[in-house]
Amino acid sequence: MARKPSSAKDAPANVSKDELLKYYRDMLLIRRFEEKAGQLYGMGLIGGFCHLYIGQEAVVVGLEACAKEGDKRITSYRDHGHMLACGMEARGVMAELTGREGGYSKGKGGSMHMFSREKHFYGGHGIVAAQVPLGAGLAFADKYLGNDNVTFTYFGDGAANQGQVYETYNMAELWDLPVVFVIENNQYAMGTSVKRSTKSVSLFGRGEAFGIPGEQVDGMDVLAVKAAGEKAVAHCRAGKGPYILEVMTYRYRGHSMSDPAKYRTRDEVQKMRDERDPIENVREMLLTGNHASEDELKALDKEIKDIVNDSAEFAKESPEPALEELWTDIYAENLPQGSATENA
Amino acid sequence: MATEILMPALSPTMEEGTLAKWLKKEGDAVKSGDIIAEIETDKATMEFEAVDEGILGKILIEEGTQGVAVNTPIAVLVEEGESADDVKTETAEKAPAQVASPSTKEGPDDKGQPGKSAVEAVKTPEPDRSPDYPEGTKMKTMTVREALREAMAEEMERDETVFLMGEEVGEYQGAYKISQGLLDKFGPRRVVDTPISEIGFAGIGTGAALAGLRPIVEFMTFNFAMQAIDHIINSAAKTLYMSGGQMGCPIVFRGPNGAAARVGAQHSQDYAAWYAAIPGLKVVMPYTAADAKGLMKTAIRDANPVIFLENEILYGRSFEVPDLPDFTIPFGKAAIARKGSDVTIVSFGIGMAHALEAASKLAEDGIEAEVIDLRTLRPIDYGTVIESVKKTNRCITVEEGFPVGAIGNHLSAYIMENAFDYLDAPVINCTGKDVPMPYAANLEKHALITAAEVVEAARKVTYR
Ligand SMILES: Cc1ncc(C[n+]2csc(CCOP(=O)(O)OP(=O)(O)O)c2C)c(N)n1
Ligand SMILES: [Mg+2]
Repeated sequence: MARKPSSAKDAPANVSKDELLKYYRDMLLIRRFEEKAGQLYGMGLIGGFCHLYIGQEAVVVGLEACAKEGDKRITSYRDHGHMLACGMEARGVMAELTGREGGYSKGKGGSMHMFSREKHFYGGHGIVAAQVPLGAGLAFADKYLGNDNVTFTYFGDGAANQGQVYETYNMAELWDLPVVFVIENNQYAMGTSVKRSTKSVSLFGRGEAFGIPGEQVDGMDVLAVKAAGEKAVAHCRAGKGPYILEVMTYRYRGHSMSDPAKYRTRDEVQKMRDERDPIENVREMLLTGNHASEDELKALDKEIKDIVNDSAEFAKESPEPALEELWTDIYAENLPQGSATENA
Repeated sequence: MATEILMPALSPTMEEGTLAKWLKKEGDAVKSGDIIAEIETDKATMEFEAVDEGILGKILIEEGTQGVAVNTPIAVLVEEGESADDVKTETAEKAPAQVASPSTKEGPDDKGQPGKSAVEAVKTPEPDRSPDYPEGTKMKTMTVREALREAMAEEMERDETVFLMGEEVGEYQGAYKISQGLLDKFGPRRVVDTPISEIGFAGIGTGAALAGLRPIVEFMTFNFAMQAIDHIINSAAKTLYMSGGQMGCPIVFRGPNGAAARVGAQHSQDYAAWYAAIPGLKVVMPYTAADAKGLMKTAIRDANPVIFLENEILYGRSFEVPDLPDFTIPFGKAAIARKGSDVTIVSFGIGMAHALEAASKLAEDGIEAEVIDLRTLRPIDYGTVIESVKKTNRCITVEEGFPVGAIGNHLSAYIMENAFDYLDAPVINCTGKDVPMPYAANLEKHALITAAEVVEAARKVTYR
C-alpha cells in the first residue's frame, strides 16, 4: 500500500491500544463490507440504488465512540457504515441489500431503508434531509421523557441546503433538544461540489443564526472526530441544546452505483486515498507506536474478511421474502402486541 | 487463486454494456481501486474499478465489444506465478446471473395473495351494525369544537405520552379555539407552540412518534400541510413497512380541511381523497360532534399515523353527544344517518350536511334516501355501502373535493365490481367543481356541492 511517510504519526498518549484497535477494526469492517456490496451489485445481486460509505468511515466510527446505551442515531440513504458501527449485524444488513428475508427489514426496505429498534438506529432515509427533523423529534422524545440520551443526526453537505434543516435548527435550539447535527461534508452532493451549491464559507456556521454552537472537524482523523464528538455530546447531555459538527470527509466511490465520475478528477480522489485515508492513518499509528504487529493486523484483516464473506454468503442464501410479506407491516395491528410502538 | 472478473452491473437498469476500453493490459499488476476498464452502460460511460488484487492474466473480451451481458467473464485475475487457466470457477458454478433477478421471473407458482390481486375481487366484509353506545345513554349537547377539545383532554389525561403541538395551539388558545384551555390544564410540556414551520414540526412530531410518544400535530389548516406532506407520507406512513414492522408511528395529524367561506383557492381545498389513497395512513373525516369525539379518542390511541380532517364550518355546530366517561368509535364503521329504500347516498364530513338536507327534500316528494356517513375513509366500510346498494339498487356519492380521483370515483368502481347486478342506474358522484376555489360569493357557492345538486342526482337515478 502506498503510504506517505510524512503522514506517519504516533497516537496521542491518552489513546489506548485497545481503543485504536477497535477503531481500526470498525473502520475496516465498513470498508470491506462496502467493497463486497459493490461487488455483489456488480453481480446483479443488489438492485436499485446503493450508496457506498468508503472513505467516510472515520466519521461514524469516531462518533459512535462517544455514544452510550440509549443514544439514538438516524441518517440518510448512505447508511451501511452507520449500521455496522452501531453494532447491527453484517449479515442482516447485507441480506437487506439483496432483498432477502434475513435482512433487517425482511427485504422490504433495501439499502436506503433499514432500522433497528434494538440498536436505536432509526434509518435509513431516502428523502434528502428528511432525517433532520426526524432526528430532532427523537431528541424531543428523550427530552420529554426526561432521560439524558442524545440523538446523532447525520446529513450531507447537499442536504444542508434544504429548508427543513433550518426549521429544525430553530426549533431544536428553541427547545434545547439534545441532538448532535453531524454534517458529513464529503464535498459533493451527487455531482455538485459544495462550491457550486453555496457561497457560505462553512456549513456549521449557519447554526450561528439560530444560536447553535458548532465546529469543523477533520473527518479523515478518527481521533479528531471522537474528540469533537465528546464535546458535542457533553453539551447536549448537559441540557444546553443542540450542537453542530461539520465533519470534513470524502467519498472515494461514486455517489451511487451509476456515477459517471465526470465532476472531479481521478487525481483528486487518488490524492485523498494516498494521503488522508482514515484507515491507513490508524494503521500507521498502530504500527509506529508498536501497538500491533503486521501479523496481528493481518489476522484482524482476515477476521474481517471472514465476517464480510459470511454476510455475503448469508445474503445470497437467505430466501426471498414470502409473497405474504407484501401485505404485512402496513398497519401496526397485525404485529405482535406492542412490538412497534414500545416507548423508548 | 485465479478469479474471473465479470462484466459488472453499473446502474440499476443495466443488463448489458459495451466494453469500451481496457486500461490495463495482460500482465499488468492490479490493486484494489485501480481503474481497469471503461464500460458504457445504458446511462453513461463508467470507470470500472478492480476489487481484488492480482495480475491481469488474460483478457477474455476485447475492447470495443458491444452487448456484453452482465456477469459475463471479461478477464482473469491471477496471483504471482499462476496461469490464467487455473481460473477459480466459483462464480461460474453458482451462476449468479440467475440468482440475480429472481423477482422478475414469473411462473405458475407466482400466485399472489388471494383476494388481493387486481382480478380477484376482495370479499366485502359483513358490516358491523352495532350501536355506537347503549340505548338510553344520557346525552349532552355540544359543538364539534368542544367535542374535539374534550377528546384530546381526556386522552392527555389518560396517557402521559400524548401531547399537542402546532402553531398557536397554546398561548393563543388555538387559531380556531379547539385547544382553548389546554395549555392551562396541561402546561407547556404537553401543549407545545411551534414556529411557522410545517415541514419542520411535522418531521419532529413524526420522529417523536417513532421514539414512542403519541403526538397530536395540529395544522392550522390542512392547506398548509402540503408543506409537510413529505413527512406525513414518506416518513410517517411508510416507515413501519420499510422497517419490516419495527418502527411504529402513533401520531395524529389534525386540523380543519376543505373550504371555509370566502378564503380563496389556496385556503379552500379538501384533501380527503389525497390522504385516503395512501396505505399506511388511516383517514378520519367526521360530521357530527359525537363522531368527532369518539373517533378522535380512537385516533389518539391508534398505533398508526392518523389523518383527522375537521371542518371549520362544522366547528360551531351542535349535536347530541353521549355523556359517557370513555366514549370511542371504532374505525371502519360507517353510520346510517337516515334509513331509506329508494336510493343510497354515501357521504362524509361536511358532505353529510348536503346529503341530509337533500334527503329531507326528497322525502317530501316520496323518495326515501338512505344516507350513509362513512366517517372513516381508510379503512372504509364497504360492507355497509354494498348492503345498502343491494337494497336500494341506486347510489350517489357526495363530497366537497375535486371530481378527478374523488372518493366517490373509488366507491363507484367498488360498487361496479361487487354489486354490478344490483344496480338499476349508474352511480353518480356529486363533487366540488373542477376549478380552484373562487373568491366571489356567487362563484364560490357555485363551485361547492349543494343539496340541490344531490336532489337532482337522486331524481336522475330513481327516474323520478
Ligand atoms: C428531496 C430529495 N431531492 C433529491 C434527491 C436525489 N438525491 C439523492 S442523494 C442527493 C445528493 C445528496 O448529497 P449530500 O446531502 O451531500 O449527501 P451524500 O450523498 O454526499 O452523502 C440527491 C440530490 C432526494 N433523494 N431527495
Ligand atoms: Mg455530500
